[in-house]
Amino acid sequence: MNTPRQRHNPNRPGRTPGTGPYGEITKVMRIPESVVDQVATILESCKERTFLNKTKGSVMLPAENPTPASIPLYSHRIPAGFPSPADDYIDQRISLDQHLIPHRESTFFVRAVGNSMIDAGIFDGDLLVVDKSIEPVHGHIVIAVIDGELTVKRLIQQNGETILRPANARFKDIVLKEGQELSVWGVVTSTIKTLV
Amino acid sequence: MPVALVDCNNFYISCERLFNPKLEGKPIVVLSNNDGCAVSRSNEVKALGIKMGEPWFKMEQMARQHGIIAFSSNYTLYGDISSRVMATLATFTPRQEIYSIDESFLDLDGFPAHTLQDYGQKIRRTVKRNIGIPVCVGIASTKTLAKLANHCAKKDLAGNDGVCDLGQLDEAQRRALFQSLPVGEIWGIGRKISESLNQLGIETVEQLRAADPDFIRKRFSVVVERTVRELNDIACIELEQAGTPRQQILVSRSFGRSVVTLDDLKESVTYFTTRAAEKLRKDGSVANSVCVFIRTNPFKVNEPQYERSVVVPLMQSSDDTAMLVKAALFGLKHIYLPGYQYKKSGVMLMGLQPKGVTQGNLFDEIPISDEKSDSRMKVIDSINRKMGKDTIAFAGSGTRRSWAMRRERMSPNYTTRWDELVRAG
Repeated sequence: MNTPRQRHNPNRPGRTPGTGPYGEITKVMRIPESVVDQVATILESCKERTFLNKTKGSVMLPAENPTPASIPLYSHRIPAGFPSPADDYIDQRISLDQHLIPHRESTFFVRAVGNSMIDAGIFDGDLLVVDKSIEPVHGHIVIAVIDGELTVKRLIQQNGETILRPANARFKDIVLKEGQELSVWGVVTSTIKTLV
Repeated sequence: MPVALVDCNNFYISCERLFNPKLEGKPIVVLSNNDGCAVSRSNEVKALGIKMGEPWFKMEQMARQHGIIAFSSNYTLYGDISSRVMATLATFTPRQEIYSIDESFLDLDGFPAHTLQDYGQKIRRTVKRNIGIPVCVGIASTKTLAKLANHCAKKDLAGNDGVCDLGQLDEAQRRALFQSLPVGEIWGIGRKISESLNQLGIETVEQLRAADPDFIRKRFSVVVERTVRELNDIACIELEQAGTPRQQILVSRSFGRSVVTLDDLKESVTYFTTRAAEKLRKDGSVANSVCVFIRTNPFKVNEPQYERSVVVPLMQSSDDTAMLVKAALFGLKHIYLPGYQYKKSGVMLMGLQPKGVTQGNLFDEIPISDEKSDSRMKVIDSINRKMGKDTIAFAGSGTRRSWAMRRERMSPNYTTRWDELVRAG
């Protein structure tokens, strides 16, 4: 004759909770009758990867396709030694963009072509930073429109005359005639040369 | 609440002229995708009587005769110039609604009424000088009236120098102006409504303004009623601020030539889905279904016609290109029939929600947040942003792309490519 199993509570019938085939306390879930078949199929298809087929023994097998769990790396260092004396003086790194482009929306890049401005340090292929928001004045190097073409020249306004002056003795001044309106496309604020 | 509508004049044309001043004063058109029809016309072309949407093959004869210069649409360039214009306009108001690529509403609440005309001039001058794009400004108490004021500024019917502030007109001047404007010029009054209104004897803006709003609602809709109220200075349409998330994302194109095989269609659908997914991630949204459609060329009436679309729901909302492409191709396979000359395909991502608030699926095996997929997409997006579109692409989108759009008259990407910068001698 088998000895009856020990009951945890003599007033409650059944097995001691947690001693069944699953090795832990189980729970009843309600689902609508119409989806019972569906749920059964889904559970069946999941069986491979769940613990349902690895019961009986209480040995937990490692998952076949484990989801990697990321563990945070401790980012706080334990203070040891001296703190960096520079800590309070950290500044943003300087940015060439910020330096060369104070007005983002109105700044355009233009490629210089030819030799008409070499004495101003502008050579064929140089990159010109052009700001359209700047009001052109005497002495500025500007991009101007002459006969539908863009040209880079120094703007000279003196004695009531407007001249677009090349920075190369081999080129001639462009003198605006009476009634001819000067059309400045933008003011050159820097030129960038790539050396290497 | 005064509000301004700023609208760029012949925007695409102005962008082309900005970097190619030779085009100033010449008749030019910008053509739609596949160089089909005119989508932007210079004033010189308008004067020749060429209508919006006129197909290129119809005007080619005229083009030769009058020296019309045609460009393919260079949306990379127009997009960049548009963002510069919009950012510049943003400095003039605390609240801006970007209404389209070339139009923006600006809230001018709190500005003294008598200064608005000058302020409009300042806006106009600044955009012209800083970016080089001419704009017109319409100012009024409601969005509908601001649109109308803009139209008047552009056609020089009221205001001066491209700026029209309806607030400067007294009641008699306003009535006279509105009596001269056909009702079809009003924002939201399309051809159909306009015809029905005409039948009721409402032909001018002034007549619609004087109409009984309740009658209009019963006869038409609450939308037209709102228009009547807006014409009477009662603001009914709020300014929509940036950041209103999109409800769906559509990417579709006509092919440069017709396409017969499933393989070519698969390439195009993969490519369009990739584009749509990029936009989706930029918005920070996920989609819960993908709609795919294909169709033949309806203009070739002698060829057999076929058109179909299908919506493929996703098990789990996603922003992963691979997942979306899979769904799109699954749908394509279901609707594809051999033996037709396909001219267009498209992909629409639907059921968009902000990422991170998606409803989980009870029996789902896919976790709601998939870190691997997220970081994969992030890497692809950042490489493509840095090194140019399609540096990394899904192999399925093809390398030949024989179906790609025809864009034979495209201007250089003056502002987005180092090797295509504008030159000055």
